[in-house]
Amino acid sequence: MSDNRLGARQVELEVLRYNPDRDETPSYQRYSVPCKNEWCMLDALNYLKDHIDPTLAYRWSCHMQVCGSCGMMINGEPKLACKAMVRDYEGVIRLEPLAHFPIERDLVSVADDFMDKLKRVKPYLIPAKPKTLEEGEYKQTPAQMQRYRRFSMCINCMLCYAACPEYGLTKSKFIGPAAITLAHRYNLDSRDGGRDERQEEIATNEGVWECTFVGACSDVCPKHVDPASALQQVKVASTVDWYLEHFMSWNKK
Amino acid sequence: MSRRPYVHEISRTAWFFKRPRYMRYMAREVTCIFIGIYTIILLVGLARLSEGQAQYEGFLAALRQPLSIMFHVLALAFSLYNSFTWFNVAPKALPIQVGEQFMPDSVVSGAHYVVWILLSIFILYWAI
Amino acid sequence: METFKADVAIIGAGGAGLRAAIALAQADSKIRIALISKVYPMRSHTCAAEGGAAGVVKPDDSYEQHFHDTVGGGDWLCDQDAVEYFIHEAPKELTQLEHWGCPWNREPDGSVAVRPFGGMKIQRTWFAADKSGFHILHTLFQTTLQYPNIQRFDEYYATDLLVDDGRCQGLTAIEMKTGQMRRFQARAVIIAGGGAGRIFPFNTNGAIKTGDGMALAYRAGVPLKDMEFVQFHPTGLPNTGTLLTEACRSEGGVLLNKDNYRFLQDYGMGPETPLGKPELKTMELGPRDRVSQSIWHEIQKGRAVKTTWGDCVWLDMRHLGEKKINERLPFVRDICISYLGIDPVAEMVPIRPVAHYMMGGIHTDLNAATSIPGLFAAGECACVSINGANRLGSNSLVEILVFGHRAGLSALEYVRDQKPGNDAALASQGEAAQAKLRALFMRDVGKESIAGLRKEMTDTMGEGVGIYRTAHGLTETCNKLADLRRRYADVALHDKTNVYNTDLLSALELGSMLDCAEAVAVSGLERKESRGAHQRLDFTARDDNKYLKHSMAYYSQTERPRIEYRDVVITTSPPGVRDYSGAKK
Repeated sequence: MSDNRLGARQVELEVLRYNPDRDETPSYQRYSVPCKNEWCMLDALNYLKDHIDPTLAYRWSCHMQVCGSCGMMINGEPKLACKAMVRDYEGVIRLEPLAHFPIERDLVSVADDFMDKLKRVKPYLIPAKPKTLEEGEYKQTPAQMQRYRRFSMCINCMLCYAACPEYGLTKSKFIGPAAITLAHRYNLDSRDGGRDERQEEIATNEGVWECTFVGACSDVCPKHVDPASALQQVKVASTVDWYLEHFMSWNKK
Repeated sequence: MSRRPYVHEISRTAWFFKRPRYMRYMAREVTCIFIGIYTIILLVGLARLSEGQAQYEGFLAALRQPLSIMFHVLALAFSLYNSFTWFNVAPKALPIQVGEQFMPDSVVSGAHYVVWILLSIFILYWAI
Repeated sequence: METFKADVAIIGAGGAGLRAAIALAQADSKIRIALISKVYPMRSHTCAAEGGAAGVVKPDDSYEQHFHDTVGGGDWLCDQDAVEYFIHEAPKELTQLEHWGCPWNREPDGSVAVRPFGGMKIQRTWFAADKSGFHILHTLFQTTLQYPNIQRFDEYYATDLLVDDGRCQGLTAIEMKTGQMRRFQARAVIIAGGGAGRIFPFNTNGAIKTGDGMALAYRAGVPLKDMEFVQFHPTGLPNTGTLLTEACRSEGGVLLNKDNYRFLQDYGMGPETPLGKPELKTMELGPRDRVSQSIWHEIQKGRAVKTTWGDCVWLDMRHLGEKKINERLPFVRDICISYLGIDPVAEMVPIRPVAHYMMGGIHTDLNAATSIPGLFAAGECACVSINGANRLGSNSLVEILVFGHRAGLSALEYVRDQKPGNDAALASQGEAAQAKLRALFMRDVGKESIAGLRKEMTDTMGEGVGIYRTAHGLTETCNKLADLRRRYADVALHDKTNVYNTDLLSALELGSMLDCAEAVAVSGLERKESRGAHQRLDFTARDDNKYLKHSMAYYSQTERPRIEYRDVVITTSPPGVRDYSGAKK
């Protein structure tokens, strides 16, 4: 155990506040919070809410990097507040709601658009060969599972949308990294037969062709899902589809 | 009172100055412009060649201008940068699974470099 | 007040709520389902479960074995007819999840893999690395997206049930984004609101687990059953309480005291098993209650590891090696590095027992029905009861599926012969709920702070209702909680904004927690025996003559809850001795 974790210090937080009842535009509010070095940013926020300002609004739940609630911009980078450790920051720390989403209030952003997009890509198993429960499980080898496993790790924290300039610049028309990755996860699943249905949504101009491979989504993903990889794979596969359809029409399904 | 979600407008022209990773992305994208211009010059050369020897000689003379040489050096540097950045991200687009493991990224991008070098040697051999 | 009409309203969109919604949607495409949750479904705490889900599937296993492990593990406080139903449904539910795409770990031949788990005599825990709950939750949530008749109401906080004409006909809820009260009129309501672990100072639970679902039913007159049984998970990170899954031990991790001695052998769970070769149902694979109690005793004997965060013991996983840890316990490794700065591949991890799970909850029958017609409950907030006095690890993820499904079907059957309710009566109940909320919201300055009351509550729960309890400690806690409930009436609300008012939400959650906490403490005080997770230093033996019974706590607005008792259903397994010694078997 390194000892620097056990110390404590006063941390200056600059938090974006926005109260729709009162404010025309958001503004920063400065707080000084006594933090232990072992704390994550969420601990600092919880201390702030309990002891300094109970009116601050933010989302959180699991405090273990799996529920995906506490995504926010920390010094301009999309982070989970429960994964960003206080000891890794110096000076004034700036906290803002996730970029590219409308601000509901303070650090709470509006997630409706993301939820709609998830639904749109049909992220559920559309079985290639339906089976009854009596017939038991589908066989799937560890290698077949490994093919999509990484892309099934998305916790829907939306950090990738906050990092993706295309999502911001298209004013959220772009279906975006997480949703397309999830569609790709099911496309890669040996049990699934729904790719054609999903392609109609994702192999489109608002889908994968809006992506210019900035790669920021993968940089910020707290679960190492690598959405950028998923999107490039979808592009490659869609391109192959196109050639098969246009130049090898006898090959059509 | 009720909801009034605040929408923050993004600058369409200066957004990439905000983070170093966006700058790197723009650098990668901008360098491809030089590859484009170089391709156009090459096409112009072909057109001149089809028009006859005198025209083609004129085109070659233009290429020897200092400005033109400067451009080509720049274009070479930028196209190298562009190629490196693309080769380095190639494993994301073309992951290769062997059994339960994926090949390390270095193998996939390494293969790109190897093919590139072999092709370059091949072309240089025929050109010289 | 804006009103939504549905056939079935479900409160809570975690594993149980989602499973109920799918069951309804599949059974009848015309039925209108309102799925109401105070968080987006993916944020529900099911996502934090790590180890896996138990279901008999392998040829060497049998329903009888799962039955006996569960009933013995529960110290015979389980209703055996419920356990019977549960174990038979378990493999079907897990296969169903597989059909919906859940990425269960696999054997080389492509069949589902199972891992050992604490208190289980046979390997029967289906798992998805150490993120089983996460994958179950997301698979269920994503599956719901294909049913247009499931209408979601994300970030709505349910405040009151509407009970008219003796039956439950809906609820009121605050729409967080506007702060407005909404009325849901439904012919049946299913509560799947999760547990109440946040009543303890040191717990594995997410912030949302404040017992709101339990409190809704409790205040409406449904008893809370067996609330004194709180599971303390042996392996929590000492500073944050973050869960390190039981799979750490089932994969071969061992518990050591400060002298590097595997102390579990001194507490009826010996003899020592070879390092890295865990044997089922003994030593580190004993049940959670016994293991946590042993750690408590080690600490009393002064053989604990002293850390900044209090007395701990070591969890040693180093001998598992980096490859196995990465493959089977990657999340555990991440968590240890993030919050403790310790890499379990190279170092031992200090751990201490942590409040984890409520065995008790809303009293339901086998059909997930409560005592109020039209009101059903499933999941951690409910008590059927299959967990008895101590839940076995990997039974709860199955419970949410089996009884979530059951609740959905029961509600469907129920609503088919229900006549529409009395709109006027329901509307006036809705108005009353709104008026109550408005009074809290508009009140000028109260004297008590939310955080202050919450701290006093968790402190007294930690002191009086921990792993070992006494009449003295429990009495003090009961008195303290009664006092806190009185003071809660004067709680201060600083935030007067309608939109996303988390101050208001915290105040309401605190109210739920205080009610649940009191049910836990009073039930504990009244149970003068030691059984499973309820251990009394002043009544150290199990007393089947007096207490082979479920305790039932009935709500009172001003007094402490009234405790009654109800017989346990015994079918084939009479109470016996819980044996976790390896040598004798």
